[in-house]
Amino acid sequence: MTAHDPVGPSTPARLAGLPSGEPGEVSFFHTSQLDDLINMARESSLWYLLFGLACCGIELIQTGGPRADLMRFGAIPRASPRQADFMIVAGTLTYKMAERAKLLHEQMSEPKYVIAMGSCASCGGLFQGSYSVCKGVDKMFPVDVYVPGCPPRPEALTEGLIRLQEIVRHERWSLKRRPIRQGAR
Amino acid sequence: MTPQEIQTRLRGRFGEAVGPMADTRRDPFFTVGKGALLEVAAFLRDEPDLAMDALEDETALDWPQRNVLEVVLHLFSFTHRHGVTVKVEVDRAAPSLPTLTGVWRAAEWFEREVYDLFGVSFEGHPDLRRILLPDDWEGHPLRKDYREAGGWHGISNERENPLVELRRLDQKRRQENLP
Amino acid sequence: MEKLILRKIEAGREEMILNFGPQHPSTHGVINLLVETDGEVLRRAIPDVGYLHRGLEKIGEQVGYPGFMPFTDRIDYVAAMFPNEGWATAVERLLGIEAPPRAQWLRAISCELCRIASHLVSVGTMAMDIGAFTPMLHGIREREKVNDLLEALCGARLTYNYHRIGGVAFDLPEGWRDECLRFLDHFDAFLSEFDRLISWNELYVRRLAGIAVVSREQAISFGLSGPNLRGSGVDFDLRRDMPYGSWALPDFTKAVRLEVPVGKGFVGKTGDCFDRYYVRCLEMKVSARLVREALASIPEGEIAAKVPRKVKPEPGEVMSRIESARGEMAFYVVSDGTDKAYRVRVRTGSFTGMGIVEELSRGLMLADLVALIASLDVVAPEIDR
Repeated sequence: MTAHDPVGPSTPARLAGLPSGEPGEVSFFHTSQLDDLINMARESSLWYLLFGLACCGIELIQTGGPRADLMRFGAIPRASPRQADFMIVAGTLTYKMAERAKLLHEQMSEPKYVIAMGSCASCGGLFQGSYSVCKGVDKMFPVDVYVPGCPPRPEALTEGLIRLQEIVRHERWSLKRRPIRQGAR
Repeated sequence: MTPQEIQTRLRGRFGEAVGPMADTRRDPFFTVGKGALLEVAAFLRDEPDLAMDALEDETALDWPQRNVLEVVLHLFSFTHRHGVTVKVEVDRAAPSLPTLTGVWRAAEWFEREVYDLFGVSFEGHPDLRRILLPDDWEGHPLRKDYREAGGWHGISNERENPLVELRRLDQKRRQENLP
Repeated sequence: MEKLILRKIEAGREEMILNFGPQHPSTHGVINLLVETDGEVLRRAIPDVGYLHRGLEKIGEQVGYPGFMPFTDRIDYVAAMFPNEGWATAVERLLGIEAPPRAQWLRAISCELCRIASHLVSVGTMAMDIGAFTPMLHGIREREKVNDLLEALCGARLTYNYHRIGGVAFDLPEGWRDECLRFLDHFDAFLSEFDRLISWNELYVRRLAGIAVVSREQAISFGLSGPNLRGSGVDFDLRRDMPYGSWALPDFTKAVRLEVPVGKGFVGKTGDCFDRYYVRCLEMKVSARLVREALASIPEGEIAAKVPRKVKPEPGEVMSRIESARGEMAFYVVSDGTDKAYRVRVRTGSFTGMGIVEELSRGLMLADLVALIASLDVVAPEIDR
């Protein structure tokens, strides 16, 4: 499930951010080729911040391991948020950790993305009845891709990364910036 | 030595401060008075027959019906390979106990956790502050009458049911795709 | 935390207090260390835990006895069979029932495989923390194979939820035994390769030998357990000395031969980082042999005892102790006669392991602190629950 509508063959062009041939629309043909080129370069080298908090963190490491290799998509784990393009929040976010997570998210530079891996990061998961668990990472900052599972299989996380790449591919990068998302819920 | 023998030995030495063995069909335990706790602990560790050199666990139980908090110690001896469970009762309104850090170093963190989650303060503890929860958390969660404060530092603890949320997003997408 | 820092500033000292965590590239989880230093040599490092405190003990009072089993996986997610077994054993003792022999053997087999998986992560990440990245990938690669075996057995790669109150959930599938034996053959060869690659590597030995020595008395007084305790020379293993589950069955102990590796100063002093590390390597070898011998003579029979639909034990309390990959995991369960537990307490090996860090960190160098934390094999969920 993506916060941006998934793009497929039947999606209207205006939603996909592509020129739709309406009267009065300036043709962005040359710019959109530049967009494609830039986005292809960007999506093939998205570096992620290692933010493994709990059990999903171990599956994140296994996904980066030899069998289901995340690095072949260009996603290299980085330890510092300044060097990262996106953040995979893998695991339960507690209140004590939530403020640090927000700090880390702010330290990443734009354009930045967030993948919420696992059900604890998406909505609090198994621990919704607990007194010290933040119910979902989107209470702190906006999320682009939610990957369900407890923990998600490496294949599921790879699918999440591919969806993120799709989001990046369809951005109008050279013409205008990404729209500023609404703040955290 | 069995727990019954250990309790008899302690009772012989400390008298009334050591309670009788509990009447239970599961794991046995006995209670020790709060005033004699430090001496009993030191005796258990130093006496050659008992030699309880390891504090396996220190935790607490909340009994609001009896209006007490029970601090439970599980002790073990590596030399004699025997163990015993000792309980100490403290008043629920103002719970406090002398610290066992001088006897077993493991008590340092166990007592911090009991302070954090139950509110029992330990006199003489070198560094008594919250360990698992943030420093400015209010309340002691493992007590039976704990009420959640509703979030922390502005982060709310309410979330609508994810299924309701997903259905709403689904319907929105369907409406946008229709024309 | 703010109170500590203000105290330091007032005293006019020259050291800084740096945050070593909670987000950091090693796998021990979200643990923060406040490092008080004015350079490379530390004054001390104060652990600041609780970033993964999910309130499992309170949840245990709310979900009932069978319902708590999935939560036990999350207590130690790197080796999740051990808390499963601990909880099942505790509730069985409260109910007064015993699991059938085949279930106990299956529990032991799954636990020993899990011990291998856990130690692979432990030694792999230790090597990565020291600086060598390849052993980490070797460990992850082998762990994938163990994950495959356990997934065939119980359906999940990480949070197994395999043991049940009264037995286990699933029996061995067809062909599992041969797959497992094939993996064990390959694993023995892998272990000797791993030893050649990293254990006796000159650089590795120099980084670990003689660092952060824990004496026998210190280890016992601080409540260390498991490989940490055995690394300091204390010859104690719950499987042999306080047997539980299948380790208390005479058929099992006749079929398998348990060896307990104890640290004796392999290259440095007894109780240093290398001892704790090498004890884990030897334990992996022992566990592989245990699984092989157990599979050879596992008895037939049922895999679960009859348990009432509503689990309502009589009032009382029980302490069940398991030799987990990280030390002694003990479940202290108090029941008051209803179908929800009155108190669930989990005593883990990593909690006491973290408690000793402040004491040992005085005068260490920053890189040695990393080696110390890695050699103690602490994981955040065991500390914070």
